[in-house]
Amino acid sequence: MAIFRSHVLVCVDPECLKKGAHDIMDALQDELVTKGLIDEIQVLETSRIGGCDNGPEIMVYPEGVHYVGISPDDVPYLVEEHFLKGRTAEKFVLKEKTFIDEELSAPTSKEVRIVLKNCGIIDPGNIEEYLAEGGYEGLGKVLTSYTPEETIDIVLRSGLGGRGGAGFPTGKKWQFCRATQEWPKYMICNADEGDPGAFMNRRVLEGDPHAVIEGMIIGAYAVGSSQGYIYCRAEYPLAIKTLNIAIDQAHALGLLGKDILGSGFDFDLEVRMGAGAFVCGEETALMASIEGKRGEPRPRPPFPAVKGLFGKPSNVNNVETYANVPQIIINGPEWYASYGTEKSKGTKTFALAGDVQHTGLIEVPFGLTLREIIFDVGGGIKDGKAFKAIQTGGPMGGCLPAEFLDLPVDYQELAKAGSIMGSGGLVVMDEDTCMVDIARFFMDFVQDESCGKCTPCRVGTRRILEILEGICEGRGKESDLDTLEMLCEQIQEDSLCGLGQGAPNPVVSTLKHFRSEYEAHIKEKRCPAKVCKPLIRYDIVDGPCTGCTVCARNCPVNCITGERRQTHVIDPDVCVRCGICMQVCNFNAIVIN
Amino acid sequence: MSATTATVQKNNPLTDPVRKQLIDQIVDQNKDRPGAIMVVLNEVQSAIGFITTEMQDYIAHRLQVPASRVHGVVSFYSFFTTNARGTHTVKFCMGTACYVGGTPALIEKTKQILGIEPGNTTPDGNITVEICRCVGACSQAPVILVDEDVIGRVKPNKMPQVLKPIQEIAE
Repeated sequence: MAIFRSHVLVCVDPECLKKGAHDIMDALQDELVTKGLIDEIQVLETSRIGGCDNGPEIMVYPEGVHYVGISPDDVPYLVEEHFLKGRTAEKFVLKEKTFIDEELSAPTSKEVRIVLKNCGIIDPGNIEEYLAEGGYEGLGKVLTSYTPEETIDIVLRSGLGGRGGAGFPTGKKWQFCRATQEWPKYMICNADEGDPGAFMNRRVLEGDPHAVIEGMIIGAYAVGSSQGYIYCRAEYPLAIKTLNIAIDQAHALGLLGKDILGSGFDFDLEVRMGAGAFVCGEETALMASIEGKRGEPRPRPPFPAVKGLFGKPSNVNNVETYANVPQIIINGPEWYASYGTEKSKGTKTFALAGDVQHTGLIEVPFGLTLREIIFDVGGGIKDGKAFKAIQTGGPMGGCLPAEFLDLPVDYQELAKAGSIMGSGGLVVMDEDTCMVDIARFFMDFVQDESCGKCTPCRVGTRRILEILEGICEGRGKESDLDTLEMLCEQIQEDSLCGLGQGAPNPVVSTLKHFRSEYEAHIKEKRCPAKVCKPLIRYDIVDGPCTGCTVCARNCPVNCITGERRQTHVIDPDVCVRCGICMQVCNFNAIVIN
Repeated sequence: MSATTATVQKNNPLTDPVRKQLIDQIVDQNKDRPGAIMVVLNEVQSAIGFITTEMQDYIAHRLQVPASRVHGVVSFYSFFTTNARGTHTVKFCMGTACYVGGTPALIEKTKQILGIEPGNTTPDGNITVEICRCVGACSQAPVILVDEDVIGRVKPNKMPQVLKPIQEIAE
């Protein structure tokens, strides 16, 4: 492969295409030919550099300089400055944003990138770029120098745990599946990342699909499988497209199919698309869905390693688990186990979202505290507000208040604190968040996504939702809190799968840590965070209001009246408490009471 | 509702040779795969945009499975819809970050502009408004999807601007 001293990535997102990204590409190619640099500098297409607002945009590596707002006429100047004179063309550098990528910025000092190593750096549509980063070396090493048992032993010694949320040792899972004497065996990748607030897997599938594929092939060799499925949720069309391209390319190079790399080992892979059912992230429901059935979970045992897809032994791992495997093989299990805590080894990707300064993906070793994650990596709370709670583990996780900020994050510590690791969504909430409303929001989600098989989950979550809605609307009774606690306990104990067992967690944790907020709603009919609409009213303050009429013109129900240059008035009986008036007011004249 | 039913009958894909051929093609390509029902339904949904009861019966017949199995699968997954949709779809992400980031206010504003609640289609059959699960673009919350395009950091007063292009096409 030719070696280039520099790579120019041109963003071809729809926004940039509209602004002429292809013209920039053509102009770059022409100019590089003219200047005789075409053998030294490669021009590539990419997406999501993150400056589309000011597009067209390009990124120059290895320097990582981000140029925006260029026209084809600027290209000769840019090439001259950057590639001939070797200095940055300052006037096109993106200034406002310190972040290069909306989702994935340059790693901070506390981060360790193993799974996200290649994301945003290589072209996911080109297998050669993955190969150049050491891709498929792990597979080569396994097929030429290790037996399946040795491969399992390496994964076991690395301490890698299932990244789907439970943290079960991956090596052990593979051992169980290998031990079952029945064929065919299926290798399944769970890419049904349904937790709201989590997008780690999507980014890996879109940014580095071959890492997942390579991990699956290694796993298939270890357990003795010849057919694999990647079950990806339908909400991720780009991930599905990227995966299919990657699979075709791997086929073309003999990395998938018959007799892989001349080793005599066969393995094939197919992408299957979900259809918008959250419960299909549960492994038995996922397999039912691949079989073309309703995605309802079934009791375990028998575990998938014994009786899984189509009744055959199967191994199900998460996207992130597989993506770790090639790195473990290349660098050795001791290297991997050197990161993390005593019981949780390695790193974990998290999607940091909510009211935090820098939202996006991060990858940190286990053992970092929540405080380090939120304040050092995430830059603290937005708009200088106060931290209130962090929700870990998606809709079945818990909300932890400020006293848990120094909790080291690993599977065991989070469980002790009454939350879960889950797939890795971290939603930070500031002082303006109402915890009762949040509990109601999650309950609305799980009751809608309950598959309906078990009565406690199907009916119980519905009852909890009704009680929470009542509390949010000012109809709460003091006995409600006891009823909630009883319902939560019963649903946790009597449900079949993780969805039901985890469903009450947001209620349990908010009841435990934010009980006073529930009490304020019930006893004083007051929402301390000023969120629950029936318990608040909007008013216009006399002094600051200039009578500019902006609020009246934007009100969706026309409930604001007043003469121009006179203080306006909101009619509380008509007002729907949408808060639009407050957002559009330039004089901070609207307050919530 | 009656308007929607009328649209469905007018556009019955089984009586339209082009679309019927498309359905047949999808069935033929996939019928021998293990777990074919999901694959076929997913492809029909994306090719035609909906799967009516008649289409479900037809697919069941072609795959030689009971109609109840196909209907069971269609009714289980939220991606499958049985009614014809508008030409354009506006979806509001109800992920945690978007919810906290202000999706409810965006829906309120949209109701004002289009006069319909989520889950419905405008009377002219042009725009369907829906609520959807987390689309995984949380760092740009609140997010809406206009057809396939993800639009992030939307504010209520930007809604008219966002909806304008798809409203205009209809006119």
